[in-house]
Amino acid sequence: MGKVTIPIGPQHPALKEPESFAVTLDGEKIVSMVANLGYNHRGVEKACEGRTYTQALYLIERICGICSHTHSTCFIQAVEEIAALEVPKRGLYIRTIVAELERMHSHLLWLGVAGHEIGFDTLLMYSWRDREAVMDLLALLTGNRVHYGMNVLGGSKRDISPEQAKQILKVMDVLEERTKYYIQVATEEVTLIKRLAKVGTLSHDDAVKLGAVGPTARASNVDRDTRRDDPYAAYAEVPFKVITDGHNDVYGRTLVRVGELMESYKMVRHLVKNLPEGPIAVKAPRKVGPGEAVSRYEAPRGEDVHYVKANGTEKPERVKVRAPTLANVQAVAKMLENGYLADIPIVIAAIDPCFSCTDRTTFAVKNPDGKAAGFIDWKSLREYSIKWHKNNGVDFSKMRIKIK
Amino acid sequence: MARSLFYIIVFPGFIFLSLAGVIVEYIDRILYARFQNRQGPPWFQPVADFIKLLSKECIIPEEAEPRLFSALPLVALTAAVTAILYVPLWNANALFSFEGDLVIVIYLLTLPTITFFLAGWNSTSLYAMIGSVRTLTQLFAYEVPLFMGILAPTILAETWSLSGLVRYYGVHPWYILFNIPAFIVSLIAIQGKLEKVPFDIPEAETEIVGGTFTEYSGRLLAYFRMAIDIEMVVCASLLSAVFFPFGMRLGHAAGFALYAVKVLCMVFLFAIIRSLFARLRIDQMVSFCWKYLAPLALFQIALNFILKGILN
Repeated sequence: MGKVTIPIGPQHPALKEPESFAVTLDGEKIVSMVANLGYNHRGVEKACEGRTYTQALYLIERICGICSHTHSTCFIQAVEEIAALEVPKRGLYIRTIVAELERMHSHLLWLGVAGHEIGFDTLLMYSWRDREAVMDLLALLTGNRVHYGMNVLGGSKRDISPEQAKQILKVMDVLEERTKYYIQVATEEVTLIKRLAKVGTLSHDDAVKLGAVGPTARASNVDRDTRRDDPYAAYAEVPFKVITDGHNDVYGRTLVRVGELMESYKMVRHLVKNLPEGPIAVKAPRKVGPGEAVSRYEAPRGEDVHYVKANGTEKPERVKVRAPTLANVQAVAKMLENGYLADIPIVIAAIDPCFSCTDRTTFAVKNPDGKAAGFIDWKSLREYSIKWHKNNGVDFSKMRIKIK
Repeated sequence: MARSLFYIIVFPGFIFLSLAGVIVEYIDRILYARFQNRQGPPWFQPVADFIKLLSKECIIPEEAEPRLFSALPLVALTAAVTAILYVPLWNANALFSFEGDLVIVIYLLTLPTITFFLAGWNSTSLYAMIGSVRTLTQLFAYEVPLFMGILAPTILAETWSLSGLVRYYGVHPWYILFNIPAFIVSLIAIQGKLEKVPFDIPEAETEIVGGTFTEYSGRLLAYFRMAIDIEMVVCASLLSAVFFPFGMRLGHAAGFALYAVKVLCMVFLFAIIRSLFARLRIDQMVSFCWKYLAPLALFQIALNFILKGILN
């Protein structure tokens, strides 16, 4: 067999979402890989502009099914900053508890997916069974398993009762014991280590250069965590360690994630035990701004960034989301250099990709001639943007840039 | 003539083996599920799968050679069924037996693997072709340790006939303990033959979709799956005949019960291995087979030669 190019995706058993990788192989070895994203664009950002802040909050939460609280909190932090709202302590603590519970279920889910990608289905079944404990807890606290709807402009929507707090502590003990077992499996099981160690290597320098975030970066010894570096919610008041690892490979990423699980249990225990008294939310105005804000948030997958621009009405003028996968996906090509076909699924899975969160690159609007909706090229997009800004009082038409 | 036809078609040939294959597949699946803390399928699931596949449309790729494409599943099925005729099941005499039938059985068990390769190659799909190359690469890795592992016990018995082997170990029942390393080698190598975890590399679904069987559908896929089920029964029977040939003079009813227990034990071991390990990469698999399995099998052969000098 000579060199062949096989398509992995848009539909492929290894991928949970549609995205496409064209991999050129020489036997089992990877020669080159071209990633093609953009199958999942849903126009969330644009849709937010037509909705009030409360409506947009629910829409933003639906960007991702795993880190829904991430996006909603990140968005609401930006809005609260513009509106200069002082969120009560108790509200912030509840937000943080839900955020850490979300990190737990996301990391346990990842562990299972990683097991499945390397043909270790037993790990998948076990970790997803234990993940149910967190999901049940989230359902108990918020009423939902996935889209919690726990945030409201100015605080949290639901309070945590003393009985619920007791239940949280109980589940933490169960999960801690199970996670210790997974750490044992990850460090002792021979075939697992064989499949993970020295696979998808990303050196420290490359991780910094390519702008990797989250566990992907921390497994390459990049000591970076938004929770510590730029504390939001209640993170400034919780003691925790930032887990880093020097393996630089998928094995290191696994260790970072299970390590973070153990930290999360401690954090949730601390938060529940020190839950301050008081109201959970303040009343928020319907109209926000004018002003703009950028909000950072450490999602389970890495740093999530939201930008919100408000114009004094009850609807945002512009919302921009940069999901962590967008920062990590560039590193995948580097990780797969000199790799094997068999490693592609696990290397892609190791950044814990969430492509539907990331896909906001295509911009479908009405053509300038107003005839049909469809894709527009760079030139007409630029003309459209100049026209749009002119209407808003800024003239960009004098600016010259080279269009290929 | 009529007797031979009965052997081939009814018992212990096609019909018996199909039933046994279905039962063994169910037991394998339920054990695998229970080890993974799952519910597992209901008892009729393998039959239901088979019937459903039979009723589905059978698509043959345009670029494939259609006759070869349709014939290969049947060749695999036939080879697997034929192999059982030489294996002693619950008494010392197999239905057909001659000096050297052990080699024939191993050869017949290799045939399905070759058909998997041809099936993938003939499909002309990229996933199937990569799968078939992997099948063949894997074959070269596990086949030699498997041969050495299964032939090692014959050194003591001084016969290459399965029935002769069973008779010898019937006379010296404790000698089977010497062959435990060979049993371990064969058990692991058989996972490669059956394409199960950790050696399910040719059909690794997260990498190459369906592997060699990507383009197969409908009844042709059903035949292939049945061939694999039957291969599993034959492999389990072969392992129990070569390595645990005790209790072969109990008569028909008790003998059959013991045979069933032995096969189930083998399936139990297969399921444990399947749920304990992750899938290896093809290069890791090849180096594992040559670094660990082959030397262990060689050690067994050397050990048996020495033992033979001491014992006889």
